[in-house]
Amino acid sequence: MTVAADERLAGTGLVRRLLIRPELGAVVGAVVVFAFFASRSETFRSVAGVANWLDPASTLGIMAVAIALLMIGGEFDLSAGVLTGTTGLITVILATRYGFAIPVAMLAALAAALLVGFLNGLIVVRTGLPSFIVTLGTFLMLQGINLGVTKALTGTVQVGGLRRAEGYEQARAALAGTVSLGGADFRVAILWWLGVTALATWVLMRTRAGNWIFAVGGDERAARAVGVPAGRTKIALFMTTAGAAWLVGSILALRFTSVQANAGLGQEFVYIIAAVIGGCLLTGGYGSAVGASIGAVIFGMADKGIVFAGWDADWFTFFLGAMLLLATLANRLVRRYAEEVRH
Amino acid sequence: MTGTDEAAHGAVDKAPAGTEEAGKASPGAGGTGSAVPLLETRGCGKTFGGVIALRDVSTRVHAGEVTCVLGDNGAGKSTLIKILSGVHPPDSGAYLVDGAPAAFAGPRDALDRGIATVYQDLAMIPLMSVWRNFFLGSEPTRGRGPLRRLDAARARRTVREELRSMGIDIRDVDQPVGTLSGGERQSVAIARAVHFGARVLILDEPTSALGVKQAGVVLRYIARARDRGLGVVFITHNPHHAYPVGDRFLLLNRGASMGEYGRADVTRQELTSLMAGGAELEQLTHELGRDEPPVTP
Ligand SMILES: Nc1ncnc2c1ncn2[C@@H]1O[C@H](COP(=O)(O)OP(=O)(O)OP(=O)(O)O)[C@@H](O)[C@H]1O
Ligand SMILES: [Mg+2]
Repeated sequence: MTVAADERLAGTGLVRRLLIRPELGAVVGAVVVFAFFASRSETFRSVAGVANWLDPASTLGIMAVAIALLMIGGEFDLSAGVLTGTTGLITVILATRYGFAIPVAMLAALAAALLVGFLNGLIVVRTGLPSFIVTLGTFLMLQGINLGVTKALTGTVQVGGLRRAEGYEQARAALAGTVSLGGADFRVAILWWLGVTALATWVLMRTRAGNWIFAVGGDERAARAVGVPAGRTKIALFMTTAGAAWLVGSILALRFTSVQANAGLGQEFVYIIAAVIGGCLLTGGYGSAVGASIGAVIFGMADKGIVFAGWDADWFTFFLGAMLLLATLANRLVRRYAEEVRH
Repeated sequence: MTGTDEAAHGAVDKAPAGTEEAGKASPGAGGTGSAVPLLETRGCGKTFGGVIALRDVSTRVHAGEVTCVLGDNGAGKSTLIKILSGVHPPDSGAYLVDGAPAAFAGPRDALDRGIATVYQDLAMIPLMSVWRNFFLGSEPTRGRGPLRRLDAARARRTVREELRSMGIDIRDVDQPVGTLSGGERQSVAIARAVHFGARVLILDEPTSALGVKQAGVVLRYIARARDRGLGVVFITHNPHHAYPVGDRFLLLNRGASMGEYGRADVTRQELTSLMAGGAELEQLTHELGRDEPPVTP
């Protein structure tokens, strides 16, 4: 159906719509970063190079997308990084020490992850405490469990030997294998990442649940007032993040066939940074899954690009800090624009 | 909002008959004719601990009429509408909906009976678009199972039509609510209540934060909702906003009713001076007056 456009929309409509897209800053950033490294390094812009930097982007991207959903819903999860380690450890320990087939061990790890996510969510929803604090608590507890259990079982700080477990080849092919394309080997994880991004985008933009996520993050009280099940929405978001941590934990465990007890430690902030670069507001209610994925791509490009360009990898964190600052400034402008109240 | 009719009739007549009139009203009698008011309070009172917030207030709301509740700060206006919208039960007196005593467990019950309240802060999410806000909590969907999804096209179309039929001129239903003006936001909130089947619209000071023009816009939508046959309760402390749209005026002062006037019974001037407590206003004019020449040597 066609409705005559309002005359006040003329000219400004398209620009305005583009400007208030949360991904805009990340897209511009990604183009600039790509152009920069591509001009320094031949390898970086080759197909093999692309496959190379999409690899770190993929596992980070899966987490960044889940964290973006959670942040749009107005919450944080600091335990997500360590949970990738916990799930990996559970899978490897069950498969190598207790003789479980890998799919069964993975299901057990998934159940444990979902339980952690559920508890995170339940505590946040019931007590109204900031999720920053609640998940900081789970983060520390999981970190302790990861180290304590690993040491008690193996006497070292890692468990390995997954290669010999039942069902390894199939599981590896599905989650940690490679696909040849244009003469380069691309990780299967890239497909999982694209799938997760597409699914998250669909949920956010095209389902009732997506509407509720934006609403509980934007103004929880107002959302409740019109009948949005705010508590359930938030708990589901924490469980989604935990599910993503399980997926990434499994991918990494299958790829390396062993898991360090401190796996995932420190990654929780990287997820948040990628989501923020992708346009998520720290205050909730705004952001996008595609943006978070592009944020992850920027990370992957910088991570590998600095090496390809022959620089000291220490510059990576400087680069990250600069990107984060720029992204936050850009987001602030967007928010002001969108929230500006005219009288 | 959901299954309005079934819910409405299911909830009727659960209350004990507190007044002799309760027996006379038959379920479903409301809505036909203008004899039975949509809402009626009889000698309603409310106390909070030692504070008497409301005392012996009687008023009624008819379909297609605007009842204005006027009063100064602390007069008990918000307390009255909290009773009407099901937030508080009255401590004394009776509250009748469609002629039968109402027993609401909460605002949701009142909403299911078609009594919608638009609060000053509106319950809208600034960063979300107009159409998403409009349908928040009651989103239209299509498909089923895991493929159940928002019917965005239908939602946008409905919002556009609904706003247009209320005469509300919004540029773009995709723009964030935060970019609307205060008056536009009030109008969208009113249109939303009307769309979701409200029979009674309770508006708590919708014009108080607005400039003259914007207030005029909101008053026009109030009139439009009235013309659609809704009963409107319009709370304000500005008689100049109340007079143009009101059919009856309930004046509150320090928790008590100072009388209810039909539109024919008062003029704007009388309303203004009644509200300010006539004598007090003259006193004030006197105090602030500049009419006397300054006494200078
Ligand atoms: N929950 C409560 N507990 C105690 N006292 C209350 C409560 N709610 C209202 N009151 C008191 O009841 C009186 C009437 O308050 P109410 O909010 O109804 O006034 P109002 O007419 O809406 O005023 P305003 O124009 O400022 O909004 C006030 O003295 C207020 O302090
Ligand atoms: Mg009030």
